[in-house]
Amino acid sequence: MISIKGLNKIFKSSSGDVTAVEDLNISIPKGEIFGVIGYSGAGKSTLIRLLNRLEEPTSGEVIIDDQDVTKLSTNKLREARQDIAMIFQHFNLLWSRTVRENIAFPLEIAKVSKQEREKRVDELIHLVGLSGREDAYPSQLSGGQKQRVGIARALANNPKVLLCDEATSALDPETTDSILDLLVDINEKLGLTIILITHEMHVIRKICHQVAVMEHGRVVEQGDVLDVFLHPQQPVTKRFVDQIMGDRDEEDALSTIVSQHDSGKVLRLHFVGEKTNQALISEIAKRFPVAVNILHGKITQTKKGAYGTLIVHIDGSSEAIQEAIHYIEETSVEVEVTSDVS
Amino acid sequence: MFHKLFPNARVEDLVEATKETFYMTGVSVLGTFIFGIILGLLLYLTAKEGLWANKVLNFIVATIVNISRAIPFIILIFLLFPFTDWLMGTIRGPNAALPALIIGAAPFYGRMVEIALKEVDKGVIEAAKAMGAKTSTIIFKVLLPESMPALVSGLTVTAIALISYTAMAGVIGAGGLGDLAYMKGFQLWDFDVVFLSTVLIVIIVFIFQFIGDFISNKLDKR
Repeated sequence: MISIKGLNKIFKSSSGDVTAVEDLNISIPKGEIFGVIGYSGAGKSTLIRLLNRLEEPTSGEVIIDDQDVTKLSTNKLREARQDIAMIFQHFNLLWSRTVRENIAFPLEIAKVSKQEREKRVDELIHLVGLSGREDAYPSQLSGGQKQRVGIARALANNPKVLLCDEATSALDPETTDSILDLLVDINEKLGLTIILITHEMHVIRKICHQVAVMEHGRVVEQGDVLDVFLHPQQPVTKRFVDQIMGDRDEEDALSTIVSQHDSGKVLRLHFVGEKTNQALISEIAKRFPVAVNILHGKITQTKKGAYGTLIVHIDGSSEAIQEAIHYIEETSVEVEVTSDVS
Repeated sequence: MFHKLFPNARVEDLVEATKETFYMTGVSVLGTFIFGIILGLLLYLTAKEGLWANKVLNFIVATIVNISRAIPFIILIFLLFPFTDWLMGTIRGPNAALPALIIGAAPFYGRMVEIALKEVDKGVIEAAKAMGAKTSTIIFKVLLPESMPALVSGLTVTAIALISYTAMAGVIGAGGLGDLAYMKGFQLWDFDVVFLSTVLIVIIVFIFQFIGDFISNKLDKR
């Protein structure tokens, strides 16, 4: 369990003070994957560095497992850092060491005996899927493989928390997905709490349970990923959601389609954590004397179920349409009549 | 044949002088490496935003380095005579040249070490900190290994400067090929010996350059 209270970071410079993080309050249950999203300059990079005090907070508390990190002495902080692992956008591996030696590095810091180091490194190489590459140097690896080494290195001392600093931002989409799968795998297998920062909504959508949206050093919106997706409050959040859902311009094309129909209704169906969205359409068609035509749709899978919108044209007698709408309203799918053609 | 071409050269003298030059260069390279690394680390660590950021210490070290670099080597030798006499018990011979050689070259190499350390990826240092590494661990397991190829190629450049310093030290009686060339060439007008000494020094320079490049390339896994 991590709780962050009233956290502030002000950078002092000759040209005036810059507030990078302002009055931050977040609590993260154990075993969750917590995402922080924001554009560059929003303060998320500073935020993640405040958690292991790579940056010293100006004020506030960071409590990880009942221990206030901000109050630790230098020595205690070094010990605590072995429980708060971190992976980086640019991997930050030592080029002078092989994969095996890189993974062994944190174990050397923790003064683990050579024999145990060897054993642990073998386990980790297997865990992150790098078997066969253990004696390669970082320069001989692809970006995805380098991040796997970074993850193995981070896990070496069995940390409680994993901080991910834009861990997939330097990777191509396919590699990003494989690294995200690995993170989920670790989260589930080891029960590790993961805090990640990113500017890609895709990452949040794919693996996070909760999300905080940052802008100008503040968290402007926070909650379950699905809720934030469904009811984005702030303009910045809406822009992030549009990253995934496609922007609303696409739907302008709908009015053209709508005008081609001379009867029936156009419905907008919101799927929120719905797992049987396919069956809904066929169910309506079977139960009621109506014709359902899918006009436009985008459904995306999140950790808490499907989320998305489907726009359908429904035609039939007005009673049948009413009954069908009533039926949909009784499911978890939200329905909205966008235009009444008839 | 050899005797006809170089009537005044004595093989024993040349061999002896070459040995002395190798000795002076070898020992002073080792000394320069150790003191240069210490100076370079101090400059790097005490700099602004360094691990031991300390304006005063940084200023002191930088001043010492700058002053000793400003003194011409030949003058430095004279300046150090009392110190050398106290330390080595003599001001003549190869051993007497060593303090001046090391004090002359270490600040120069120290600056090169500082530059090499500045090239180490900040992210890697940050990663080591995030793992809970102590400063000593960061120095010995991150900074020095990660900058090793640059440290070695800097040492190669310094070693070659040291070879020419040994020749200068030869003039005031340190021995070696510089001494030989000065004695025979300047005082006896035996230019064949001067020519042979030059050839031998050039060969020594090439050997050091080759070894330095080889080690630097071998270490570089980037």
